[in-house]
Amino acid sequence: MSVLNESNNGKELRIVGFLCNWCSYGGADTAGVGRFTQPTDLRIVRLPCSGRVNPLFIVKALLNGADGVLVSGCHPRDCHYAEGNFYARRRLEVFKRLLPTLGIDPRRFEYTWVSASEGQRWQKVVSEFTQQVHALGPAKFVADAPEFDVLKVCAE
Amino acid sequence: MAIQEQLKKMILDVLPDVDCVIGWGPGPDPLRGSPFFMRKPEDVESFMAGPMAVQNPALFLPEYKGKKVGVVVKGCDSRSVVQLISEDLIKREEVVIIGFPCDGVLDVAKVENALASHGEPGEITAVEFSGGEVKVTLAGNTHSLKFDDVKADKCGRCAVPNAVMSDFFAGIAREASGVKDDYEDLAALEKMSLEERFAFWENEMSRCLRCYACRNACPMCVCRDHCVASSRIPHWISQADSTRDKLMFQVIHAVHLAGRCTGCGECQRVCPVGIPVLLLKRTLSKGVTELFDYAAGMDTESKPPLLTFQVEEATIKERNW
Ligand code: SF4
Ligand code: SF4
Repeated sequence: MSVLNESNNGKELRIVGFLCNWCSYGGADTAGVGRFTQPTDLRIVRLPCSGRVNPLFIVKALLNGADGVLVSGCHPRDCHYAEGNFYARRRLEVFKRLLPTLGIDPRRFEYTWVSASEGQRWQKVVSEFTQQVHALGPAKFVADAPEFDVLKVCAE
Repeated sequence: MAIQEQLKKMILDVLPDVDCVIGWGPGPDPLRGSPFFMRKPEDVESFMAGPMAVQNPALFLPEYKGKKVGVVVKGCDSRSVVQLISEDLIKREEVVIIGFPCDGVLDVAKVENALASHGEPGEITAVEFSGGEVKVTLAGNTHSLKFDDVKADKCGRCAVPNAVMSDFFAGIAREASGVKDDYEDLAALEKMSLEERFAFWENEMSRCLRCYACRNACPMCVCRDHCVASSRIPHWISQADSTRDKLMFQVIHAVHLAGRCTGCGECQRVCPVGIPVLLLKRTLSKGVTELFDYAAGMDTESKPPLLTFQVEEATIKERNW
């Protein structure tokens, strides 16, 4: 999708997707098999369930160079393990509130539900989220404080 | 009878039935009290409640699981005890809770800052409290400070000065100040742009020593030697002296405390370099209150909101793509 890449000098950004094995990973596969065009910024990590998503996965990614993180699981009531996504929903919703306090744009993170048959929806989600992250540009890196030069300070 | 004397009597009464009673005693200098473990009746002599009872004695309770202990609690401390019970980290029948009406505690850092121009904190020889004033004798001179100016921030927004749950209560329950917690501390942060906040944390966390006092002082951080921060597989944070890893650690603490943090403020109080780490936890507590109308540590029967769910969540608006 060239439109997307123009906004960042033709460069891809790094978006990490945490997808549940049963629905969303299947949905992404369906989109692939159906040859739906999608932006290529997303790197997928397959997990057993959206309930497996530890909010720390998301911060770890965002603090270590990811420009966006997308979590996707089965629709509510469709979880392979019956209720994993219900716990995930609460956890992620609470977690989301921490990002603005940290100074990270909350639009760099989204969670949603895509079933294995929803190839088209997957295409839409990935395209829109990628667009959203591209609009924000590359994420900032946490800079280290400048080295404290003891000798120099002593000399002064 | 002064509250202090009533408490001593209660502790003496409880002592034969328990391993020890945890409260406060004299600290390393006149400005500081210290956690205090009373095992023998003569120990109770030096017990002290009041403005120098700053530490949260609930911190020690999980270590005593399996033994019966007594604990003297301020309002905020009692919330930690309640939360520990509701998460089954301690047993209700193994703890005897002694409450008293708390008038607020001292913020040692504020006193030291207020008197910084008069001498070193080590030169303080006496501290006295009377009628809303704190009289501090420093390098031979006595300075009078208003207690309200040097009390802990959390006391200014306290809604539970009396223990929320207790077996014994000394004195008459005090009225809460009625001041609503309006998250003034977070509002100050929210005035900054996202970039400024990011820079704020870069700057604050760059000072972190990774001493983990914040974790060790937190009554709800019960993993102790099994903290994910020290695990190598997965390697959540590296050994590098990097601001990023330090910030990651604070995020771990905040995320693990989501819906569990009672806002006792110990993490921030003990930080030797004064990093406002409580802001992160308060952000999540605020979110939990708004989303699930829940405050941690108020009731042993209520279920922590992240350990349960509703099929239809009234307050969660999911994004419609
Ligand atoms: S995170 Fe801080 S304020 Fe919250 S319970 Fe732990 S020590 Fe208290
Ligand atoms: S107490 Fe302060 S310096 Fe120590 S690890 Fe926590 S934030 Fe860092």
